[in-house]
Amino acid sequence: MKGKSRLSAKSLGYCSCHVCGLVSRPDNDDDTIDLCPRCHTTLHMRKTGSIERCWALLLASAILYVPANTLIMMETGTLISYRKDTILSGVVHLWVSGSWFVAAIVFVASIVVPLFKIIALALLLMSVQRRSRHWIPQRTRLYRLVEAVGRWSMLDIFVVTLLAALVQIRSLAIVKAGPAAIAFGAVVVLTMLAAMAFDPRLIWDPIRKEKP
Amino acid sequence: MTDRHKETEEIPEAVIEKRRFRSSQLIWLVPMIALLISLLLVVKHFIDKGPEITISFKTGEGIEAGKTKIKYKDVQIGLVKSIAISEDRSRVNVTAAIFKHASKLIAEDTRFWVVRARITGNSVSGLGTLMDGSYIGIDVGKSTKPCFSFEGLERPPAVAMDVPGREFILHAATIGSLDVGSQIFFRHLQVGEVLSSELDKDGKGLTLKIFVRAPYDQYVKTSTLFWHASGVDFTLDANGFKFNTESLLTILLGGISFVTPDDASDAALAPPNTEFTLFPSQEDAMKRRDTVFEHYTLVFRESVRGLAVGAPVDLRGVTVGEVTRINLELDPGGRDIAMPVEIRFYPERLHARSRSKDKTQLPSSSTDSRKLLNAMVAKGFRAQIRSGSLLTGQQYIALDFFPKAAPARIDWSKKPPVLPTVAGSLEQFQASLMQIVQKLEKLPLEELAGDARKTLQSLDAALKNAEKLLNNIDSSIVPEARKVLGETAKTLESAKQTLSADAPLQTDLRNTLRELGRAAQSLRTLSEYLERNPEALIHGKQEDK
Repeated sequence: MKGKSRLSAKSLGYCSCHVCGLVSRPDNDDDTIDLCPRCHTTLHMRKTGSIERCWALLLASAILYVPANTLIMMETGTLISYRKDTILSGVVHLWVSGSWFVAAIVFVASIVVPLFKIIALALLLMSVQRRSRHWIPQRTRLYRLVEAVGRWSMLDIFVVTLLAALVQIRSLAIVKAGPAAIAFGAVVVLTMLAAMAFDPRLIWDPIRKEKP
Repeated sequence: MTDRHKETEEIPEAVIEKRRFRSSQLIWLVPMIALLISLLLVVKHFIDKGPEITISFKTGEGIEAGKTKIKYKDVQIGLVKSIAISEDRSRVNVTAAIFKHASKLIAEDTRFWVVRARITGNSVSGLGTLMDGSYIGIDVGKSTKPCFSFEGLERPPAVAMDVPGREFILHAATIGSLDVGSQIFFRHLQVGEVLSSELDKDGKGLTLKIFVRAPYDQYVKTSTLFWHASGVDFTLDANGFKFNTESLLTILLGGISFVTPDDASDAALAPPNTEFTLFPSQEDAMKRRDTVFEHYTLVFRESVRGLAVGAPVDLRGVTVGEVTRINLELDPGGRDIAMPVEIRFYPERLHARSRSKDKTQLPSSSTDSRKLLNAMVAKGFRAQIRSGSLLTGQQYIALDFFPKAAPARIDWSKKPPVLPTVAGSLEQFQASLMQIVQKLEKLPLEELAGDARKTLQSLDAALKNAEKLLNNIDSSIVPEARKVLGETAKTLESAKQTLSADAPLQTDLRNTLRELGRAAQSLRTLSEYLERNPEALIHGKQEDK
């Protein structure tokens, strides 16, 4: 199988630092932790409790995803109108009022991306737990995508917080962040943490050659 | 193998440090906290969210989902969420979210209505809604019982519930020009409004709800009288023309007036929702003070034209009752038609007057009053139709004593008892006129005419004779008479000459008389002398020595 070496650092008893990338030989004692000899980052052969930590964070973000989408994200008051918008109603409002591009951005960044992250991480975790040997490079790419795209979900939060801070012209216009903003922020942060907690090396473990 | 070993040799050993803590279960706190937070958020959302209510209106005019506000005292307390047509398509159901802090305002007796620009006879309201759209106004009641489904009012309530005052119920026969919002007047002062009007279930009258503001509500006593002050009261009855108005405003809009009779000013304060009768006019209201009345029947055998139901029953100029019914009754034999007129008689009006004079207790029991009436009838107490106004031809019933009336008695056996009557004054006049005519008819006019003709003929003859005579006189006597007269004139002329002052006869006569006077003087002197000297008759006049 080309490009799929069955040999891994772990199978040889080595461990790479995930900060500086230096490969070193850890002492596999449960009572001690190993530090990278170069940058003194804690070394893990595989991140300890990676799967359950990832699951926990993922679950938390999934739970918070519900209030984030059902509660009010932003309250906007102007002279003539007063609106309370959830994320979805905001998207609908933007779409109906003709700002299709902005609506699409908000929809993708605020609804599709978090959902995609949660589903993707859940898929990765399940495949790892089942020690799946299929789609290994694709799953690795998926993980990279999840990591890369994560921060863009904060776009919506930034918009709301910026507007809430800037638009405070009493009686003329007012923007307030709703309770959903907290939940949504938490969803984004938790999915990022979950993605960090996941150890992509686990994807490859099912095909490694055990140390003879 | 050695190569690999060599490579392995180059790989550095990891630095070993003591493990400070070791826990992987702690991470499960995160989803728990997340769950807790999201639960908190959801709970907070539902706590912050006020009640959602449904109001049904006849039309959705001016109401927009997501825009129309709900306001109490011009402060927004909610927002219309959606508008839907009711299942039976007769009404519009408006769903509105009420803010949390205002949820206490929504109770069972809260009233909702749409505030639009409204121009009615007595007010212009809601002009502000022309600028920023209609809104739903509410009026908060006293109830605390929560309710989430309401029926919206079609127009703003006349009086907000927090205005002090009391509500009363009026029963009226007609609505006149009254309407919801019509005003209540007390001594021409505007003190309240009509809240609602409703046709009674049996369709025989109307029930009006009115509100009298404090402090004027204290003048509403149990004996207070209410009447229509609507428009112009123009009546034409036995009393002639009458023109009555309350105020200019009521002419246009109608209204209700009330007053508490002076003799009942110490009456108890009327509790809220006391029921009153709304009289058609002030006069009616005052009339109805007589709660005690007796019914009598008066049987007339003359025309009752001009006598209307409601016509006064008058006792020497004082109204003591009214006509309630006019019937037509055919005798069993069909020989005659009688007009039984039913009257309502207020005995208290008589009593009150006599009581104030001598304080004697008047007959209260029916037997006593019967005795009294019997005695009165024996003295000639009768009813009579009289003409009230020659101009309008209206008639009224007069009660009076007719000493010359034929004896009659009250028929107590009938219900109502029958009071004896006498023919009307006009009727009497007509009757006597008739009698005269009849007498005239009985006269032997033919004979009389014949006699008269004869008389006239003889008279004619006599006159002719007289004419002849006169002619004779003219021809024979007159010339003679003229001669005589001429003679006479001459005689008179000569007499005049004789008697005039410078006539010789006159002068002579004057001289003679003068002489005669002298003679008389000397005669007097002689007689005086003789009296003093009587001997002179014998001796003659003695010469003075």
